[in-house]
Amino acid sequence: MAVTEKKECCIFETEASWSYANSHLLCLKTGEWRTERPVVNREICNSCGICFTYCPPQCMVDDGDYYKANLEFCKGCGICAKECPKGAITMRSEGDYANECPK
Amino acid sequence: MSGKEIRFHGRGGQGAVMAAKMLASVMAREGKHVASFPMYGFERRGMPVIAFTRFNDEIIREKTQIYAPDCLMVIDPTLLSLETLFTGLKPGGILILNSPRQLETQPSQNLEKAGIINATHVALCEIGRDIPNTCLIGAMAKTTGWFSLDSVIKGMEDYLTGSMLKKNIRNAERGYDEVEVQRWQ
Amino acid sequence: MSAQNRVSNQTKVITGNAAAAYGAMLCRPDVVAAYPITPQSELIEQLAQFHADGILDCEYVTVEGENSAQNVVCGASMAGGRTFTATSSYGLVYMYDAMFNTAGYRAPVVMINVNREPPGIHAVCSGQQDMISVRDTGWVQLIAETCQEILDLTIQAFRLAEDYSIQLPVIINYDGYYLSFLAESVNIPAIEDVDKYLSVLKSQPKRPTLIPGEAIGCGSHGIGMGYVELRRKHMAAMDRVMPIVDVIDEEFGQAFGRRYGGQIETYRTEDADIVLVTSGSAVGTARTVIDAKREEGMKVGLVKLRLYRPFPVLRLSDALKGKKAIGVLDRSICFGWGCGPLYMETKAISSNIGHVPMLSFIDGLANMDITKEHIGQMIDTIFKASQGDSYQEVTWLP
Repeated sequence: MAVTEKKECCIFETEASWSYANSHLLCLKTGEWRTERPVVNREICNSCGICFTYCPPQCMVDDGDYYKANLEFCKGCGICAKECPKGAITMRSEGDYANECPK
Repeated sequence: MSGKEIRFHGRGGQGAVMAAKMLASVMAREGKHVASFPMYGFERRGMPVIAFTRFNDEIIREKTQIYAPDCLMVIDPTLLSLETLFTGLKPGGILILNSPRQLETQPSQNLEKAGIINATHVALCEIGRDIPNTCLIGAMAKTTGWFSLDSVIKGMEDYLTGSMLKKNIRNAERGYDEVEVQRWQ
Repeated sequence: MSAQNRVSNQTKVITGNAAAAYGAMLCRPDVVAAYPITPQSELIEQLAQFHADGILDCEYVTVEGENSAQNVVCGASMAGGRTFTATSSYGLVYMYDAMFNTAGYRAPVVMINVNREPPGIHAVCSGQQDMISVRDTGWVQLIAETCQEILDLTIQAFRLAEDYSIQLPVIINYDGYYLSFLAESVNIPAIEDVDKYLSVLKSQPKRPTLIPGEAIGCGSHGIGMGYVELRRKHMAAMDRVMPIVDVIDEEFGQAFGRRYGGQIETYRTEDADIVLVTSGSAVGTARTVIDAKREEGMKVGLVKLRLYRPFPVLRLSDALKGKKAIGVLDRSICFGWGCGPLYMETKAISSNIGHVPMLSFIDGLANMDITKEHIGQMIDTIFKASQGDSYQEVTWLP
């Protein structure tokens, strides 16, 4: 990897460290940090939106009938599960979901 | 035994950095020259952490990251999907993996054997918290044969005392006894 | 016997930060004031632990910021205390104005700066730009290569700073991550041996200090020639630092069995045709590459820069005279000259060493690893230049 100022190879388009959050969020996909993920029981969830309100990175998504986590950014903190008044959310280990063999 | 280079992959809060340092202490007690350091950007729980440990009969002068490890320790099974995990692994390489399951396929041509143990489960039993590092060091002692369990226990005394030390000793002993070794030709 | 007096000779596997904490504790500072910042936090946490355990008997001031930290240690030092602080990048620049105070008042404060990239492009990564940014504050600056050297240099720093003929504050620099978090076997000397090493200071005249109730103070306006006079005295003290660093290193060698060469260390330079000059953790890696190149028949040597401020002109000139080409590896950049800062300063002594090809290499910014391959590339490039091939003056790696 060579240091380059060639436009097509640059990481930044600008002179300084600007990042355009809507198109090119220069941060890690924080979902990769997760060791547990929230699983919403659709039958119990009544769309009250409390998980959405409490989620620190605001990644609970309204899916019409119920809420679910945006797994690209959900860090698995578990606050949604703790705050859900219906107990509809459980935290399950990522190990159950992980693709355990590398590609 | 010539010098070895070990790369540790974990997440902040799982004790990857401590595991790397503990291994250095263990090998220092066995009379080797040692060097160990971590590489990470932000110090917080959950962020991927890499740590490096070298040991050798000669003084270690280089202070670079490890590009051709003899052994990899993977503390979080979700990191197995990292494309660069096995990059540079030397032929005859060894993997120490925290996982409830054996590997279905040989993940790298250079991987000769893997010591696999559900260290999270063992740590939760013995310590009450998900800190699998000492269990994996015990597993490493058995799988690689590069150092004794006794040195591991003595090495831990540099970092732990009292009931925490006792619990981690049990953690390491179970790692040593219960690790399952998978081999490939 | 207090816990502090029971610190005996031992060898432990500890990190660079812990080694610095041990070094500071062994010198019995009176006042420690510091604020945490990655990658230094572990250092002051260890000192706080020593303090809590009764191993460090001092006034430990938990300040709210680095600017306060520098002001506290400056004031305490002027009251006659032995003082210590530590910081990095953002913290170093936060105490910028106070650093000028400390140096201008000639207060012998010892400070650790763990090299990390400064503000502007946010990075929690190693780099020497922070050290470069405070070049001319009037502090003495030294750079360490190994964890053992960090501990030893911290002890030597107190010996240097408080020497009656010097009376200057001293910074010890070492690379963040590659040294601050690097765990190696380190020998921790017994505290009585450190007391003995520093005892020579007791036989020297006493520097002026603030005394409560007495009509004495420091910080008068430097009006006209008074200002110029004090600046010249400061410069003269900087000049005296150079030979004294060599003397202190030799004294340390006699007391503890470890020598580092003083202002610079030369490695296989005597019969070398080409030389690489560098500092910090990269030196360790460079030694292995130099040995490998020597096996291949290349006559290459290494100069390790230990003293950065004042710049060791005489010893460096001696080491580089007669060489066919010289390369300087920087872990920072000099904006005014489009090259590395250590390179620029080495280039300035061209008239002493002969106008031979000199090459600047910039690597290791923001935790980028200075690998053996990179150093091998640098040496090959220097070699080609020494053979008369055309060369690029400044190369950025990777």
